[in-house]
Amino acid sequence: MPNPAHRPLTDAVIIGGNRIPFARAGSRYLGASNQDMFTAALDGLVARYGLQGEELGEVVAGAVLKHSRDFNLVRESVLGSALSPTTPAFDLQQACATGIEAFITVANKIQLGQIDSAIAGGVDTVSDAPIAVSDTLRSALLAASYAKTLGQRAKALTRIRPKDLAPANPRTDEPRTGLSMGEHQAITTAKWAISREDQDLIAYNSHHNLANAYNTGFFDDLITPFKGLHRDQNLREDTSLEKLATLKPVFGKTLSTPATMTAGNSTALTDGASTVLVANNEWARERNFTPLARFVDAQTAAVDYVHGREGLLMAPVHAVPRLLERNGLSLQDFDFYEIHEAFAATVLTTLAAWEDENYCRNELGLPHALGAIDRSALNVNGSSLAAGHPFAATGGRILASTAKLLHARAQETGRPARALISVCAAGGVGAVAILESA
Amino acid sequence: MTDRYTSFVHHGFGKTLAQKLGLPQPVPLRRHTPSAPVVTGPVLVLSTAPAAASGDSTTGASAGEHPPSDADAVATLLLNGLGSDELIDVRRSPHTAEGTRWGTVIVVATEVTHPNDLAAAMLPLGQVLRGLGQCGRVLFITRDPEEADRPAVAAARQAVISTMRSVAKELRRGATANALVLGADATVTGTPVLSALRFFLSPKSAFVSGQPVTISSDAGHVPENWDRPLDGQVAVVTGAAQGIGAEIAATLARDGARVVAVDIPAAGESLARVANRIKGTALQLDITSPDAAEVILTHAVDRYGRLDIVIHNAGITRDKLLANMDDDRWNSVMTVNIASQLAMNDHFLASEHFHRNPRIVSLASTSGIAGNRGQTNYGASKGGVIGMVTASAPLLAEHGGTMNAVAPGFIETTMTSKIPFATREVARRLNSLQQGGHPVDVAETIAFLVSPASVGINGVVVRVCGQNLVGA
Repeated sequence: MPNPAHRPLTDAVIIGGNRIPFARAGSRYLGASNQDMFTAALDGLVARYGLQGEELGEVVAGAVLKHSRDFNLVRESVLGSALSPTTPAFDLQQACATGIEAFITVANKIQLGQIDSAIAGGVDTVSDAPIAVSDTLRSALLAASYAKTLGQRAKALTRIRPKDLAPANPRTDEPRTGLSMGEHQAITTAKWAISREDQDLIAYNSHHNLANAYNTGFFDDLITPFKGLHRDQNLREDTSLEKLATLKPVFGKTLSTPATMTAGNSTALTDGASTVLVANNEWARERNFTPLARFVDAQTAAVDYVHGREGLLMAPVHAVPRLLERNGLSLQDFDFYEIHEAFAATVLTTLAAWEDENYCRNELGLPHALGAIDRSALNVNGSSLAAGHPFAATGGRILASTAKLLHARAQETGRPARALISVCAAGGVGAVAILESA
Repeated sequence: MTDRYTSFVHHGFGKTLAQKLGLPQPVPLRRHTPSAPVVTGPVLVLSTAPAAASGDSTTGASAGEHPPSDADAVATLLLNGLGSDELIDVRRSPHTAEGTRWGTVIVVATEVTHPNDLAAAMLPLGQVLRGLGQCGRVLFITRDPEEADRPAVAAARQAVISTMRSVAKELRRGATANALVLGADATVTGTPVLSALRFFLSPKSAFVSGQPVTISSDAGHVPENWDRPLDGQVAVVTGAAQGIGAEIAATLARDGARVVAVDIPAAGESLARVANRIKGTALQLDITSPDAAEVILTHAVDRYGRLDIVIHNAGITRDKLLANMDDDRWNSVMTVNIASQLAMNDHFLASEHFHRNPRIVSLASTSGIAGNRGQTNYGASKGGVIGMVTASAPLLAEHGGTMNAVAPGFIETTMTSKIPFATREVARRLNSLQQGGHPVDVAETIAFLVSPASVGINGVVVRVCGQNLVGA
């Protein structure tokens, strides 16, 4: 009997990406579905790379807020796109880490040689969020639909009361604590004594850096306009620290410490979609594509926020040291740091934790603190505070931008460049990854 | 964008009414469809040369011991299907079949030496004009008057071109007249003449009328497949997201080119649609940025290993009377419409990747030729394009390439649909074809100019304006 050959691992490289500009909830993309937006993001990518009619290894993406009719959202989007209809696809969901998890999944498959090319991504809209019926109405309707006689059906339906007809709005609160993500972060923010000024500075830098990236044409080959919007709608090019300082706090108002989290230093609800094109080097070479960055490694972690042992959005803090150790790197061995700005305070608590000797010893089990990072290498082209954060679309946004940054840096210095990406997510989960210039 | 008037006067009551009132009666122009014949027959070949004029041959071979005339050579080209296996019905005498509906008339007047020579062909032409079919073609072939060695020769050649212009104005029912003007180094059997015959006799030249096109040499090669002359070549089209640019991209792709569709990032959504439709690539780029040419070149060379064709189509209008002009309106139009092209051409021409038969076509405008009230800035920039093309042509010729311009007149686009109704209706009718052109008419003319068969056509400006009554 033939012995299946052991195949060596193959590098997975990012070739590029495409996203649509992110729109503020209930605004420019009102009326566009997840499928519309993800198809547009795919078609923009296909147009940029001339992939019309190509059969890719797989398209993997997801959405956090999803209609039940969208059970096969990604495959349906592929069928509606300019890609070959024989391109397989599946949906995946890991809250705000959906996009990066989709990338890790396809990168792993490429490394294993199971596929040669893929698109990873994500999409979310809060402007077209599913609205469900109440549980009592739903169970009555289900009972009626399974009823065998007219009498049974009538009996089932008579259980419905007028109050049951009110729709159940989608919630993004943590199911186990009933607290919103902002309230969770407010607890962590207070615990780490993060100042209002520091948070506002993170927000200011985010807007300033994103605006600068737009103005220098950085996004010309990363974004395709959608529904007439050609820049992230949330971007405030003219914001100032003074303006940010005037905003009233919105989270943490019931805590004993002064509330510091405002609409300015918290991410707004947004709609959008993103994609990233991943392949092995051979596939890229055959099509004359220049790989931008190589996938090095990734790690997920989860924390026990339910019992208050750790803050809800602190999982990446735990994932990073494991990733560093496995790859023999220190926290300072990176040219760029992309820490998703769920809230300005999330970035700051993450950094504070890594700098804290006691925390690193006691909570992370490290011999000493991971230490500080060069802040000028952090979110250099802006992050979610300015761009917005359509949950599942954030990973693709970060990955494509970071890959482009790494390629440019390596071209400029003639040395390899490396980036650390960190994304926190609902449910106390986090995903982190390392990319290196290809 | 629909021209309701043309459809109204074409049928039933509208037709009767227009006839009774003597209103313009434009006909819907015939346009290219895949696999349709190039030439509409029968074709009458007339000549100013005495021997051929008296000949009654239908084979193209001239009688007696005379060397074959240019008219004989043209007839032979036609009999050979203009390089394909098309069967073309060629006649040499208008009298062979009384009452014939001619599809095409070609007047070969290359050998004229005195204005008196014209009568031999022009009067027979007059006899058959009423019998010219709908969307018929009249094509004159003469030599360049500026290269004549004697005043009488120059006079005769110039007279041929002027006859063509008046004939074009006299023609009705969608018919056009144009002229091929051969330079000293060009012969009627040269490949560029073949290329020009295939364009001017076909529906691809639907909206080109009253135009003399100079053919300076026989340079060019016959493509393996006339339906895909650009196979294996890479073309860049700027301003490709919509209108004329999108149509140029589609037409070059149809002819076999791999197309890089360029437009500003804000137009990316429609640009992506264009690129996906034609299986090209979308390149979002502001052509006024200093590294625009480098970005285009890198994209084309990295992806496709080459760059053969550049179409400078991107352009803007910021109309205002000069008396009310401001800095921004003047400068932005100059920057986008001409300065960016000059900068990009310098960069392209300096690259060895653009040294293999490079071709550039730039979009001029009838406003640049004739001037237009309220468009000093636009007209200046488009005039600049014409100057640039004339001066750049020899630079491209050094590498076996060409640079030409196409000057559209009134073309039905989203841009022109925004012109107020009355102004638009007047602008539309003020040409010999009494209607607006379509974006595809501009695109087809560009495809003709960048064909590998057209290398001998260099430094020309072809108007696609239905012989607009304004301007030369």
